Amino acid sequence: MSRSLQDTSHNEHPIASKFEELRSRREGALIAYLTGGDPTPEEFHANASALVEGGADIVEIGIPFSDPIADGPVIQASSQRALTAGITTKKVLSLAGEFSAQHDVPLVLLTYCNPILAMGAERFFQIAQRSGVSGVVVPDMPANADPQFHKLASKNDIDTILLAAPNTPETRLRRILAETTGFLYLVSLYGVTGPRKTLGPQALDTLKRVSSINKRRTPVSAGFGVSTPDHVRTLIKAGADGAIVGSALVQIIQDHLSNAGEMEELLKKHVAELKHATRKF
Amino acid sequence: MKIRQAATNSRGRFGKYGGQYVPETLMKPLQDLEEAYDEYSRDPSFKKELRNLLESYAGRPTPLYLARNLTRNLRGAKIYLKREDLLHGGAHKINNTLGQALLAGRMGKKRIIAETGAGQHGVATAMACAALGLQSEIYMGREDMERQKLNVYRMKMLGAEVHPVDSGSRTLKDAINESLRDWVTNVENTYYLLGSAVGPHPYPTIVRDFQSIIGKEARHQILAREDKLPRAVIACVGGGSNSIGIFHQFLHDLEVDLYGVEAGGQDIQPGHHAAALVAGSEGVLHGMLTYLLQDKNGQVQNTRSISAGLDYPAVGPEHAYLKSTGRVKYRAVSDNDALDAFKRLSDQEGIMPALEPAHALSYALKLAKRYPTSDSIIVNLSGRGDKDVEIVARHFPQ
Repeated sequence: MSRSLQDTSHNEHPIASKFEELRSRREGALIAYLTGGDPTPEEFHANASALVEGGADIVEIGIPFSDPIADGPVIQASSQRALTAGITTKKVLSLAGEFSAQHDVPLVLLTYCNPILAMGAERFFQIAQRSGVSGVVVPDMPANADPQFHKLASKNDIDTILLAAPNTPETRLRRILAETTGFLYLVSLYGVTGPRKTLGPQALDTLKRVSSINKRRTPVSAGFGVSTPDHVRTLIKAGADGAIVGSALVQIIQDHLSNAGEMEELLKKHVAELKHATRKF
Repeated sequence: MKIRQAATNSRGRFGKYGGQYVPETLMKPLQDLEEAYDEYSRDPSFKKELRNLLESYAGRPTPLYLARNLTRNLRGAKIYLKREDLLHGGAHKINNTLGQALLAGRMGKKRIIAETGAGQHGVATAMACAALGLQSEIYMGREDMERQKLNVYRMKMLGAEVHPVDSGSRTLKDAINESLRDWVTNVENTYYLLGSAVGPHPYPTIVRDFQSIIGKEARHQILAREDKLPRAVIACVGGGSNSIGIFHQFLHDLEVDLYGVEAGGQDIQPGHHAAALVAGSEGVLHGMLTYLLQDKNGQVQNTRSISAGLDYPAVGPEHAYLKSTGRVKYRAVSDNDALDAFKRLSDQEGIMPALEPAHALSYALKLAKRYPTSDSIIVNLSGRGDKDVEIVARHFPQ
């Protein structure tokens, strides 16, 4: 279904609407991440489609940055592949435009401050809006770092999805909950992104802490280290509204660079398994 | 000793520069650090212990030496050298590592991590940690480990664990990235001992304060010797800790010209130098809004300098601010001019400077000629040149 078929009210806050829709179906959201233009722009396009075919509810596209301090080796390597293939912020935005023209799935961009500042935040958000982007996650732009940034995003109807960490004190957590738009991105461990065998040890405690003060029922999605259907199931059962999986998918790309067909198939299959684990029975 | 000085504003900024552009996980430890620093920088017993360490362990105060041969040959302003090269470890870095290691101990942190480029901050961290009974782990780019083998060995001898960094350009910038990644992972028991006046608030302020003893001594010493302020103060700028340390006490002496000298490398072409203030633009790296060497898409560029200690694509946010107000003037000096200054100081004064302050010296030699002989200028000789002998030997084969 193309975006133009949706009614207008639905279009203004696609992320919030998606979470509402999933709640009514008693499902959690599966949020799937790929680095924009990794390994090449053409293959990226096919891979992003594979995420949607697998059942991803929200797709997150990374704009690579040379110095991604919140990311572990898997996403660092994918950023490097994309940059080497000549990807730029503008090119990722145009890939985002192609994606949203083709798929009716809310699209979130993940990047660091500097690529946005280099383009100019206002221009960035304007182009992002035209490209069908619904929200941004900027891991090195914590709450209160730059109020202007959030104003410019909201002026262009772009959600600024804030992160909460296991050590975020309660007063700050309340403020983050009040200021985040779209959903709250819960960091489920102490560390950087990367595939893990076990779910982040701080995930459930942090989730509980957030739930106890989340009066407005802002959707909460957990990421960092979330890799397997078991992780996703545990999070959704514990009350998370969504699970964010990145490195585990990017790892599939890294392991199948010489076989694009298999890469797509495996991405689709893994996303389908992860999506299945978001359904409550 | 008064450690704390006119600080940043409430949001941790110098004008618009600085700030805290970090992952959420680091917001709590940065707040803890700010509070601990606030408390201990006013605590008489902390200040007393630091003063004792600086005097009896590091070797403060350092002399202000009149370079009489250089001065005589130039027939210009008197050239004074602030001899930070005589400190324990061979560089100004120990002023900061003793202060921060002491702070870490008071905060109850037993594990210290640090980044290093040339290895001087790594060595100074390893020394301070050994002296204070703390465990230290140092991140160092693989490429820097190869060009500064001796310092790697020194760190290990001093009890530090050295982690090679293979990401990115495998130099200082990546060592800082890796330290930040370690910190978000081990945030509960780990203290990140940053080595320059860079990074998120409150680091630029803390490092500046611990290094500002250089300027306090120098100002006092020059007044005792010359009975008037110097015409100019000159220091090299990589991240900018030795320079902010000597400049800070002179900021309000408007008759004193301040010059920060960056690494001009081979030439001012992208990738050939490390002069962020002279040739960069505003951006965010390592938690701060500052000047940065970057391409038009905001990707950080590789840098190159003969001196590993200046080989960094950004600069401390207070320098960005001082550039914007015009109080400090920033210049770039090439590899070759720095080598030439190295040779002149060695020949004429019997002092081998590190290649970093050789950049500052090179500019000072030009500047001195413009001033009358009754004036004086101070060069911050931030480190000694032993670590660079191999590199210099390659350029001046006997």
